[in-house]
Amino acid sequence: MQYANRKSLALAAGLAAMLTVAGCHKKKPAPPPPPPPATTAPAPTASITATPDTINAGDQSVLTWQTTNATDVSIDGLGTVASSGTQTVRPTQTTSYHLVAHGDGGSADATATVTVNTPQATPPPAETNIDEATFEQNVKPVFFDYDAYDIRSDAQSVIQADANYLNQHPDLKVVIGGYCDERGSTEYNLALGENRANAAKQALVTAGVSPDRLRTVSYGKEKQFCTEHNEACWQQNRRAQFTLDQ
Amino acid sequence: MSFQLPTNKPSFRKFLLFALIAVTAAASQAQDWVRTGTNLGVSKIRIAAADFKAGSADAQTLPMKMVFDQTLYNDLRYAGIFDVVSKSMIPNATPGSPAEIVMANWAADPSNAAYVAFGTLSADGGRVTVQGYLYDTHAAQNAQVLGKQYSDVATIEATRQIAHRFADEIIDRLGGIPGIAETKIYYVSDRSGHKEIWAMDYDGFNQHQLTHLRSISLSPRVSPDNSRVAFSEMGRDGWSIRMYSLDLNRLVSFPAWGDTTLSPAWSSDGTKLAFSSARTGNPDIYVSDASGAGAHRVTAFLGPNVSPVWNPKTNAQIAWVSGRTNLPQIYIMDSDGSNVMRMTDGGYATSPSWSPSGEFLTFAWQRNYGPGAPGAEDIYIMDIASKRWTQLTHDSGANDFPSWSPDSRHIVFQREQNGQTELWMMLADGTDQQQLTHDGNNTMPDWSWK
Repeated sequence: MQYANRKSLALAAGLAAMLTVAGCHKKKPAPPPPPPPATTAPAPTASITATPDTINAGDQSVLTWQTTNATDVSIDGLGTVASSGTQTVRPTQTTSYHLVAHGDGGSADATATVTVNTPQATPPPAETNIDEATFEQNVKPVFFDYDAYDIRSDAQSVIQADANYLNQHPDLKVVIGGYCDERGSTEYNLALGENRANAAKQALVTAGVSPDRLRTVSYGKEKQFCTEHNEACWQQNRRAQFTLDQ
Repeated sequence: MSFQLPTNKPSFRKFLLFALIAVTAAASQAQDWVRTGTNLGVSKIRIAAADFKAGSADAQTLPMKMVFDQTLYNDLRYAGIFDVVSKSMIPNATPGSPAEIVMANWAADPSNAAYVAFGTLSADGGRVTVQGYLYDTHAAQNAQVLGKQYSDVATIEATRQIAHRFADEIIDRLGGIPGIAETKIYYVSDRSGHKEIWAMDYDGFNQHQLTHLRSISLSPRVSPDNSRVAFSEMGRDGWSIRMYSLDLNRLVSFPAWGDTTLSPAWSSDGTKLAFSSARTGNPDIYVSDASGAGAHRVTAFLGPNVSPVWNPKTNAQIAWVSGRTNLPQIYIMDSDGSNVMRMTDGGYATSPSWSPSGEFLTFAWQRNYGPGAPGAEDIYIMDIASKRWTQLTHDSGANDFPSWSPDSRHIVFQREQNGQTELWMMLADGTDQQQLTHDGNNTMPDWSWK
């Protein structure tokens, strides 16, 4: 059951990623028409979109904006920007990106809002209010190969996202649990689980998280996320899991 | 160079055809070194255990006598050095004293006993008294080998212990080394709902719970003087070594390191502990005083290093499990970390136990490891000097955590079958396998030193 849920989550994440890429290209507006010859300065135009416009905390959205006839373009919170461009943002709460374009012919503005799905979207959550579920939604586990404890290439992006979230929440302390599948010997798996937890810890430290905030615990094969006796289940159980250290 | 005993599995035999041609002649010798090294090599002594005579009319006497008779019979049978006469073949008599026994009846067919144990059990005034004899059936004179008297409170449990003591006297006298009938086995059981440390007599009787921590307790290792049990427990800060006093029946203080500190092992003189700890981030082997003081690291190999065990003969070497080359293998080193030697040549090898004689290791091994590979996790023993090994369990579930008995003749281990793990005992040549536990999951047995 848990495995199926995670699978569908992964599918959804993949779809979202595809949409993001597609959106980047599809929504890029056509090049601006050449300004008509005129003696008076034309009025500026401005547009801005956020793709996607709804994210989970810790995820990213891409702002794409376009202006014409503007000499001074700025976005609240980002400062002065180029007359057109894209910018990746990672808001932790619902944020409106207000674009203002000033030109000789006047000014124009546009707004894109990125809605952040968190239980405590606004006001920003105090760290003590982050519950385990929110935490685990944002700091995702990494999975390991059989009898191995090195961080796989497909786990690097997970570690990066985990580190980003932890760096945005510097007061959170974390327990890193190392887990193994049901095969093999109890004592050896406890040592292997420690190696896995420590590998995840070192990867987070490399990504800028202070080691003082991180504590490792090995569960070996003493606790299992999935209890069927097949590789799909075993893969679910070979992990480093992050939980709040409370 | 390794020797493989022939197996009855045709596919395996075919697979090993050439190897077998090379070693078949040596296979029986391979068995010989096991039997000799484990004190099982001598021919078995034919012995009979008479049902003891009830020496009193007390209502308690009969149930206590039945427990005594059964316990003595089992102890002699499990000892590994006797050919115990079946109860159906012994003379229909319960001689209570030397004056009452007709020795020729015990020496003759179908009993054919070389020795006979007999005597009287009485319960009187809240005390049980046992008068036990061992006689040589063929001696013309001085036939008495043993004459012993025991007395204790009149309980079933005390009676069982008297039978163990009498059995050990017989085994010591006829077998040349102390028996194991009075030894204990410490283990992990989940039958309370949590993995706790338990203890029992070597024959599976008298099972009782020691710890009540309601967390996860693993890897019990009793001290050589039977006064303490070191084990691993998962607390808030992860795994630490805990110490249970068998004298005080409670936990006593011991440094709680955290940092995934686990799998303690006593040196045979009781002065040192070896264990695994990830204090530096990587699980390595450490050695400390028995108090936990003076801990220092003796391995520095990236990867899991765990399950140390001392050479009990010298306390100068440690065997342990390392994943430094990926799948876990058994290694040996000097106790200062020098002279590292790999013992297993592949597969998945864990859980070493060093024989009291210092000559052998027993461990769990899955020789052919990987998806779809034949075979399962089985118990092996290895002659350390030659690295020759022999497989002791075959085609019977997943076997792990072997532990030698102090007489080197027996091994206790865990066997998982049909989703349940229980403790088993066998002779150190793999024969005479007996299931000891039946309730819940029981794992990680540790045989006491005496």
